[in-house]
Amino acid sequence: MYSFTYHRPTTVRQAVSLLAKNDEAKLLAGGHSLIPVMKLRLARPSAIIDLSRVEGLSGVELKGRSIVIGAMTRHGEVANSSVVQQAMPALASVPNSIGDPQVRNVGTVGGSIANNDPNADYPAACLGLGATIITNKRRIPADEFFQGLFETALEPDEIITKVQFPIAKKAAYQKFKHPASGFALVGVFVSKRGPDIRVAVTGAGANGVFRVTAFEEALKKRFAAKSLEGLTVPPDGMGSDIHAGAEYRAHLVGVLARRALAAANA
Amino acid sequence: MSATGIGAAVRRREDLRFITGRGHYTDDFSRPGQGHAHFIRSAHAHAKIVKVDASAAEGRPGVHVLTGADLAADKIGNLICGWMIHSKDGSPMKMAPHPALAKDKVCHVGDPVAVVIADSLAEARDAAEQVNVEYEVLPAVADPAQAKRTGAPQIHEVAPNNTIYEWHLGDKQKTDAAFASAKHVASLDLTNNRLVPNAIEPRAAIAEYDAGTDSFTLWNTTQNPHVARLVIAAFVGMAPEHKLRVIAPDVGGGFGSKIFIYPEEVVALWASRRVGRPVKWVAQRTEAFISDAHGRDHVTHAEMAFDENGKILGLRANTIANLGAYMSTVSSSVPTYLYATLLSGQYDVPTIYCEVDAVYTNTVPVDAYRGAGRPEATFVVERLVEIGARAMGIDPAELRRRNFIKSFPHQTPVIMTYDAGDYHASLKKALEAADYKNFAKRKRESARDGKLRGIGLSAYIEACGIAPSQAVGSLGCGVGLWESAEVRVNPTGSVEILTGTHSHGQGHETTFAQLVSERLGIPIDTISIVHGDTDKVQFGMGTYGSRSGAVGMSAVVKALDKVEAKAKKVAAHLLEAAEGDIEFKDGKFTVSGTDKSAAWGEVALNAYIAHRFAGQELEPGLKEGAFYDPTNFTFPAGCHVCEVEVDPSTGKTDIVGWTAVDDFGVVVNPMIVEGQVHGGIAQGVGQALLEHTVYNSDGQLVSGSFMDYTMPKADDFPPFQVDMTVTKCPSNPLGIKGCGEAGAIAAPAAVINAITHAIGSEDLAMPATPQAVWAALQKVNAKAAA
Amino acid sequence: MRPVGITVNGSRREVDVEPRELLVYVLRERLGLTGTNVGCDTTTCGACTVLVDGRSVKSCTVLAVQADGREVTTIEGISSNGDLHPLQQAFHEQHALQCGYCTPGMIMAALGLIQEGGRLSEEEVRSGLEGNMCRCTGYHNIVKAIGAGARAMAGGGTTQQAAE
Repeated sequence: MYSFTYHRPTTVRQAVSLLAKNDEAKLLAGGHSLIPVMKLRLARPSAIIDLSRVEGLSGVELKGRSIVIGAMTRHGEVANSSVVQQAMPALASVPNSIGDPQVRNVGTVGGSIANNDPNADYPAACLGLGATIITNKRRIPADEFFQGLFETALEPDEIITKVQFPIAKKAAYQKFKHPASGFALVGVFVSKRGPDIRVAVTGAGANGVFRVTAFEEALKKRFAAKSLEGLTVPPDGMGSDIHAGAEYRAHLVGVLARRALAAANA
Repeated sequence: MSATGIGAAVRRREDLRFITGRGHYTDDFSRPGQGHAHFIRSAHAHAKIVKVDASAAEGRPGVHVLTGADLAADKIGNLICGWMIHSKDGSPMKMAPHPALAKDKVCHVGDPVAVVIADSLAEARDAAEQVNVEYEVLPAVADPAQAKRTGAPQIHEVAPNNTIYEWHLGDKQKTDAAFASAKHVASLDLTNNRLVPNAIEPRAAIAEYDAGTDSFTLWNTTQNPHVARLVIAAFVGMAPEHKLRVIAPDVGGGFGSKIFIYPEEVVALWASRRVGRPVKWVAQRTEAFISDAHGRDHVTHAEMAFDENGKILGLRANTIANLGAYMSTVSSSVPTYLYATLLSGQYDVPTIYCEVDAVYTNTVPVDAYRGAGRPEATFVVERLVEIGARAMGIDPAELRRRNFIKSFPHQTPVIMTYDAGDYHASLKKALEAADYKNFAKRKRESARDGKLRGIGLSAYIEACGIAPSQAVGSLGCGVGLWESAEVRVNPTGSVEILTGTHSHGQGHETTFAQLVSERLGIPIDTISIVHGDTDKVQFGMGTYGSRSGAVGMSAVVKALDKVEAKAKKVAAHLLEAAEGDIEFKDGKFTVSGTDKSAAWGEVALNAYIAHRFAGQELEPGLKEGAFYDPTNFTFPAGCHVCEVEVDPSTGKTDIVGWTAVDDFGVVVNPMIVEGQVHGGIAQGVGQALLEHTVYNSDGQLVSGSFMDYTMPKADDFPPFQVDMTVTKCPSNPLGIKGCGEAGAIAAPAAVINAITHAIGSEDLAMPATPQAVWAALQKVNAKAAA
Repeated sequence: MRPVGITVNGSRREVDVEPRELLVYVLRERLGLTGTNVGCDTTTCGACTVLVDGRSVKSCTVLAVQADGREVTTIEGISSNGDLHPLQQAFHEQHALQCGYCTPGMIMAALGLIQEGGRLSEEEVRSGLEGNMCRCTGYHNIVKAIGAGARAMAGGGTTQQAAE
């Protein structure tokens, strides 16, 4: 990888000021998205700001009707958290499907969300639950946060500190793994929280994570797999690569949505 | 059977260093003052090199940049393919020049253009970015069928229409006549998918030039250090053979890909002399994808003719083989003599005709990969038998039985003389273990869960050992494929075995020692196996083609025969008896009819102190060497049964059962043999289900990393059921047939036969990814609806 | 250059590193611990797996500066007083290695799994090895060895007994 300067702040305020001072600086959370692209010399940050020693960014807590997860909480910690497993096991299943145990021991929820990889799992959970992304500056609803491939609403000097996931009574995540990378070839998160019904899809869309409003409408009558029978998403707008063409991805969205509903109702 | 002799599941002696992290792979070595090499590689599939400007990079401290022009100026020779194939018209194959660094043009993505040497790898990579290579991009062709068409981009001047050879084997007229009289013909169009070997240890080389002695040492990830030395000395012309030492230390898997002599080790050697410091190069994985020789890549049309009873009348096949941008070390032999000669399978096929056109494309060179030609042949035969059986409504197992070869030796119409086998026995045992007869019940159970279940057989045969030398020589091989051994008995009775084979996972340090322990009746701990260093070991041919046991251990046997004969002479003096009365058993020399005896160690010591005999009558010492050349190829064979469940909603296939029954002849260590079978199956399943090497029409490798190229993982497999039958191999003294490649040869056809059985369509290419299976099912459903 | 202090296999080691240096290269090239291997450049193969603060991590994707102040355990550090660790013993007895290149990472990943998950079903072992590639063994004996090793670690018996 290219050379860079390395900074290890201990407070969010220090981190923000380092971000402001260094053009082309990058925040380092777990580093499992950033370091691989740096190793291949596809990214060339001038400075790395390591958030691992910043106080107060890690942990899982139940707050009212939400689960609040610190941005630096590792995937494995979320997956194994008794709070998450009891309050909403569907959310625990999301980090548990990421990568492999070694990756889950290092990767973080904040890093995953900030990176907004179109095949990442957490964006589906955020959008599928209507989560709120909390930064040093503001609270951003998931519906506004994810803005296409690797694009988010984050401003240059903004750092995710927490993510607040409202607890849905019924929720499930179903993932069809990319056979080589283990990312989501297609992942579908469904939830029902009162009248708020959400179907969020990662992996499939050519422009990143998205909601399937047609499915959500159909589910308003009855939150069950049956309601989606015969419904598909159009292949236009689906991604296409050697592992899955647009038509296959569109088909999988339907299959996984129905499976997610079955699981949510189980 | 002793606890450490032939047939015992001795735990591996080499394990200790690997499980404690004390193995010594090439990358674990460093030489004082070494520089690190980074290769600048073409990002274009086909282009003229207009200019290489390295001035900026060379201005950096400690940085050297060497180019193809420098290599040519130093008169470093080209890499070669050592197996001559002649076309139908008698013309020799069209071998294009393959310089270790491209000078005038590049022919594939990854073709090395220059090397940067610096104090660290990071610095070498930084400097490489300042080297400006100007290209004139040319149109490229990656698809082998396209490559032959008129108007396709021409890659090498010597090969019009990119054609390397148009070869054939068998009797065309007789075969066509058989088809004319056939009651039923099964036909198949297939692509045998290109594979990237991906041994987990990437290739590496450390080269050191000693100006004081004008000699080189090369540490290299190679399966055959002597062959590497021979080629680099005799063809590349780097140094005379005796001035080049090649060391293959612990090597982390090869599967064929480390047989070949590659540009990087040649450049490292040359550069070490040019820049006056040792040069170390270790491939990055994404670099390995575009620089290790790939495997397979055939496009084939094949047909099998049957009479009204399902008796096979003939087989014909037409194959286009993609050999990539240059001819790699043995590439020409793979789609010819290692492929078409096995098209008879386990069956009595009266006539066969096979045509093979080999072509250049703008892709990474293709060469031998685990099985090399034989998986491709088995896939053709076993798919055709299965397709034929289904079309004729005959149980596929029964159709195989009707056509099995039953008496030996059996001369096939495609050169090979099978010497021993019992194909009924392996089929029977496999079907029983797989509970073949209750398959229908299991299929119904799967259907209740919404799954499609299928079962597929693969009754494969292979030709291993890849010797005798006269035979391979008559087929065009440039070297002999015998093997060598030396047995050094030390004065204290401990024994060192020097073998020309090389172990890169096969466990020779254990199995070779088992042979010696049994034969000499001495503890296995007193035996060491030495391999992989041209300064220590006599010339040998290396390890590939499942040959180390059948050929390499046979050489050890021959040397042990000589050692025993000599030791008996020593014992005769020691025991004051006639040489003819000395018997040797269980590590003890006795005089027949008496109670006089001498232990192994006593005789060894006396051989060296030489006090009991006159040196003029009997040479002191106890050390013998042998070169062994077998009388035939060996013919391992067996039957694998794969059972799958397909999820019709997603197209995902789960392998739910795997049964392998193989006949490897005499088995030295069943634990190690089973391990070889497991690994082979995994690679074969990888080919059938997962591994997809995709080039786009511009010749860019789309599946060029582990993020895109699907490697088999633990959860892709069920536990394997592995069993054996035994017919002894008559062509070597141990009766060994070889086991390294069987799984990879058998598995692809078994998997595809099972999936096509499950989905009710023969129209399915490898790899049968979820998307491919889903698409095949869509076609089945559309047909049913129509 | 930046000084870092890492406790490696129980000993505190201090080295000056460039921030871009990866942990695996510091282990291999600065500290001479070549048991940890590198098999890919995409954080996929797992050959470089070590434990950092007790958890399995791919050391090819961790900067050495990130490991500052942490405890790192490599394959060289798991046997004690010359006795093999039960997992090492199990890999040997079950013939869970051939070329040996993936083995250190495989053992360290398995150790992480067992320490976190305790008794594992065969299916859990297989899915737990998602991050480790082996090209030689077909995983069959690796899965057996991890099961046997886990039982031996739990029960203190030999891996031979545990396998039966």
